[in-house]
Amino acid sequence: MTDADIARFLYREARLLDERRWDEWFALFSEDGLYWVPLARGQTDRETHTSLACEDRLLLRLRIERLKRGPPSQQPPSFCQHVLQVPEIAATPDGWRTHMPFCYAEVRGDAMLWLIGTAEHDLVRVDDAPRIRLKRINLLNCDAALPSIQLFI
Amino acid sequence: MGHYHDNPAAIRALLRSDAVHRDVYLDPEIFALEMQRLWARTWIYVGHASQVPNIGDYYATTLGAEPVVMVRQEDGRVRVLRNRCAHKGAKLVNTPAGNLGRFFRCPYHAWSYHLDGSIAAIPKRDGYTHTRFNETKAAAGMAAVHTAGHRGFIFARLSDDGPTFDGYFGAALSSIDYMVDRSPVGKLQVAGGVLRYLHDSNWKMFVENLNDTMHPMAAHASSAGTAKQLWAGKPADAPKPMAIEQLVPFAESYDFFEKMGVRVLPNGHSWTGVNFSIHSSYAAVPEYEQAMIAAYGEERAKDILGTVRHNTVYYPSLTVKGAIQTIRVVRPLAPDRTLIESFSFRPVGAPDVFLRRNVTYNRLINSPLSVVGHDDQHCYRLMQEGLAACGNEWVSLHRDFHEDELGQRDQTVGGTSEIAMRNQFRAWSMFMTQGAEKERR
Ligand code: FES
Ligand SMILES: [Fe+2]
Repeated sequence: MTDADIARFLYREARLLDERRWDEWFALFSEDGLYWVPLARGQTDRETHTSLACEDRLLLRLRIERLKRGPPSQQPPSFCQHVLQVPEIAATPDGWRTHMPFCYAEVRGDAMLWLIGTAEHDLVRVDDAPRIRLKRINLLNCDAALPSIQLFI
Repeated sequence: MGHYHDNPAAIRALLRSDAVHRDVYLDPEIFALEMQRLWARTWIYVGHASQVPNIGDYYATTLGAEPVVMVRQEDGRVRVLRNRCAHKGAKLVNTPAGNLGRFFRCPYHAWSYHLDGSIAAIPKRDGYTHTRFNETKAAAGMAAVHTAGHRGFIFARLSDDGPTFDGYFGAALSSIDYMVDRSPVGKLQVAGGVLRYLHDSNWKMFVENLNDTMHPMAAHASSAGTAKQLWAGKPADAPKPMAIEQLVPFAESYDFFEKMGVRVLPNGHSWTGVNFSIHSSYAAVPEYEQAMIAAYGEERAKDILGTVRHNTVYYPSLTVKGAIQTIRVVRPLAPDRTLIESFSFRPVGAPDVFLRRNVTYNRLINSPLSVVGHDDQHCYRLMQEGLAACGNEWVSLHRDFHEDELGQRDQTVGGTSEIAMRNQFRAWSMFMTQGAEKERR
């Protein structure tokens, strides 16, 4: 797999979120996959320090199934758009680590929320395809007072 | 001056025994009066002593509309000062926490202050010699506010007049005791970071909701109900992830919440979960229970561990979850804007699993990304917008109202009663109207 393949994988990952194709997005995660939005800059501890989100496949499944039910807070529904920078890609023993600055907008009704940060993916090779072992989202304003963020960054 | 400022009767008329007028949530004048009368004359939560362990450590926040700073003094005590330079009013500390060394120093004209707020030095002080400066409040430096604490929980009262600390909280302090005593050495430490969630709704909607046990079944069906479904069919002895253990009970029945019970006390304080709560069935940790028995004796340890109050409201600024050692701090910003800051604690001397549990709970429930929080927050906003509708200006608080609850000081009733909300508004009305009378004297 070339760097171009890995970049394409990341672009597609974001596009699945933007198109609300959550089941296909979920399938990109490895069995031990984790979606992590730290609360502190440079945070390393997920156990005894809290996070904005820290979700294994069980919690991701919960979030997705809830969104599909159309909960109260999704009347009207939210929509999102990722705008991505070309990722930096480094090889690891069993896959790749990538670093990708992004802009993210989430709208609901008349309100739009902007977030900016970097996404760091730990990708692992499974059956000759990349799978997400960790998607870490470093928000530029991770420690700010934030309103509801309802979709996946 | 608006409609309410000089008119205690108009404020009194906003509350019936079983309903409240929409202006309490919508009116900017009421909000400003709340800051002056309720938030300044009552005891507002500032922070926890463990946030300022060493001399010179500070933690800055706002109480109502005012910036304050909590500082560890040279003598080891904690004081709360107004975060304002005595000269031209610049805020003296502008980061949430840090260490001052031995002085505050204003970045503007370099006035400096001792940790107790008194002036240490003013450059070229002789410029004030022939002035009236020494007769002003500024000569005393940073103004201190009344500070009191209970087991490390520091509160302040901005106004010189108002109730004493013990008189204000009374028996409600027992929820802090039970929370702290879950540490075998009787000590908590703030740990795990603070979640800061902006709400576009009035602060009272949040506070009322903490003892609103009729909403989880409806508002949280999509999160707790889904968690329940995802876990359904797993063998009974399958190890339960903390997230499942913590989320599923939100989907408990009306009957469950009714039997939980609610207790109300004077000055707006209350707690749900008198008998048991959604925190009752977390996995046992035998080595910890042994340590608790060793520390407190069998009977008291049983009492501490068996007390699993759901939410205690320290009206108006703090809500406490003792069984899971997390607190939510209410910071009103505008009639339709409120910041909720949620902290977790490490029970000192207890195994790490408890901090992990508390931190997990805080994230699952109190984060701006929480699937539980989203639906609560959304419902508050719906009220904020819906109350603009005319025709009926009253918000119903009738559920389980009985005339004879009026005038009683300490009551425990079925958990789905709206008595806690009525109790909050009775305190609200008292402070909001007493305030008017005091200002006029
Ligand atoms: S405003 Fe602080 S020294 Fe002038
Ligand atoms: Fe709720």
